[in-house]
Amino acid sequence: MHEWALAEAILTSATEVAVKENMKEVTEVTIRVGELQQVERPILRFAISQMKTPLFKSTKFHFLTAKSSFRCRVCGTTWHFDSKSMDKETAEAIHFVPEVAHSYIKCPKCGSPDFEIASGRGVWLESVKGAK
Amino acid sequence: MVDPRTSVINARLIRTSRIIAVSSGKGGVGKSMVATALALALARSGCRVGLFDLDFTGPSTHIILGAQKVALKEEKGIVPPAVHGLEYMSLVYFVGDNPAPLRGADVSNALIELLSVTQWGALDFLVIDMPPGIGDAVLDLLRLVKRIEFLIVTTPSMLAFETVKKQVELLCELKTPIIGIVENMKMDKSESVELGTRKLGLRYLGAIPFDPHVEDAIGKETKLMSTAVGKGLQEIAKKFILSGKSEL
Repeated sequence: MHEWALAEAILTSATEVAVKENMKEVTEVTIRVGELQQVERPILRFAISQMKTPLFKSTKFHFLTAKSSFRCRVCGTTWHFDSKSMDKETAEAIHFVPEVAHSYIKCPKCGSPDFEIASGRGVWLESVKGAK
Repeated sequence: MVDPRTSVINARLIRTSRIIAVSSGKGGVGKSMVATALALALARSGCRVGLFDLDFTGPSTHIILGAQKVALKEEKGIVPPAVHGLEYMSLVYFVGDNPAPLRGADVSNALIELLSVTQWGALDFLVIDMPPGIGDAVLDLLRLVKRIEFLIVTTPSMLAFETVKKQVELLCELKTPIIGIVENMKMDKSESVELGTRKLGLRYLGAIPFDPHVEDAIGKETKLMSTAVGKGLQEIAKKFILSGKSEL
């Protein structure tokens, strides 16, 4: 996912949580980002700093990375995502829409494109902490 | 844990006045052709129009439009490229000519991702080419996108219309507006689809005769709009879409 679009999504979601829980100020936000998203963390941090509202004035943003793993539905082989083994254009396509990995990656053992993204996909707002 | 992506989907569509999902109960009824011709017809009438191909596993609107591969412009997301006056987005910009073998959960995730990163401009209409049936993409759109209306495409075949009935039942249960039903590729004077449509309480938007010239017009926008599909959709757009609201 694009870092700026992601920053907006994180802030919007965290605001929804804060409003629901009557927080006056958000002190800490923890986000888990799947490795497959290939998010550039400095850009994401910068985008958040530019888009944040006063609610996030002194918020600490913590980012966790979920390592990616694939599991072949045909032969059961499991393996990890390796962006270094692919060209820039392919890596970028997967960055924007991770599911397109199914168009470029095949099971290293049997060659099937029918695999499950077992982990390391998506972006999750793990926790939003604040003062009421 | 919350998936933050879904929180921005409606913000991405806030500058779009109407969102029309062109849908069918089964494949092969000419849905993508109708969706593309509808988008072009609306644009020709002076509207600002977007076309979004959500048929991930069998995309074809890019072929119908003759869209070329371009480098996507990034601006706090992805700006849909302009194709024949339309703002256009398709998964083909990310997969090229490769197949996209996606299962249900992958379809949902790709749909959420594209809806949350695409920065549509101010549009009068966003036309969505849906995959056939009432699977994940339809259910996700109904869940995530407010203000969506459906335009349903069928052929004169009883097989196609029977699947339409199921789709209509689902949409009515969910109180989703339906603009009406288009009968595509009509080859005789049978009134069975028209009568069946009225029985469902829906508007029969019109019949588009089978036109053998449509195949030659693929990839040629001007030629496409002079075929029966192009002319039929211009008429339907004028009569039923530019003039007002949906029926249900």
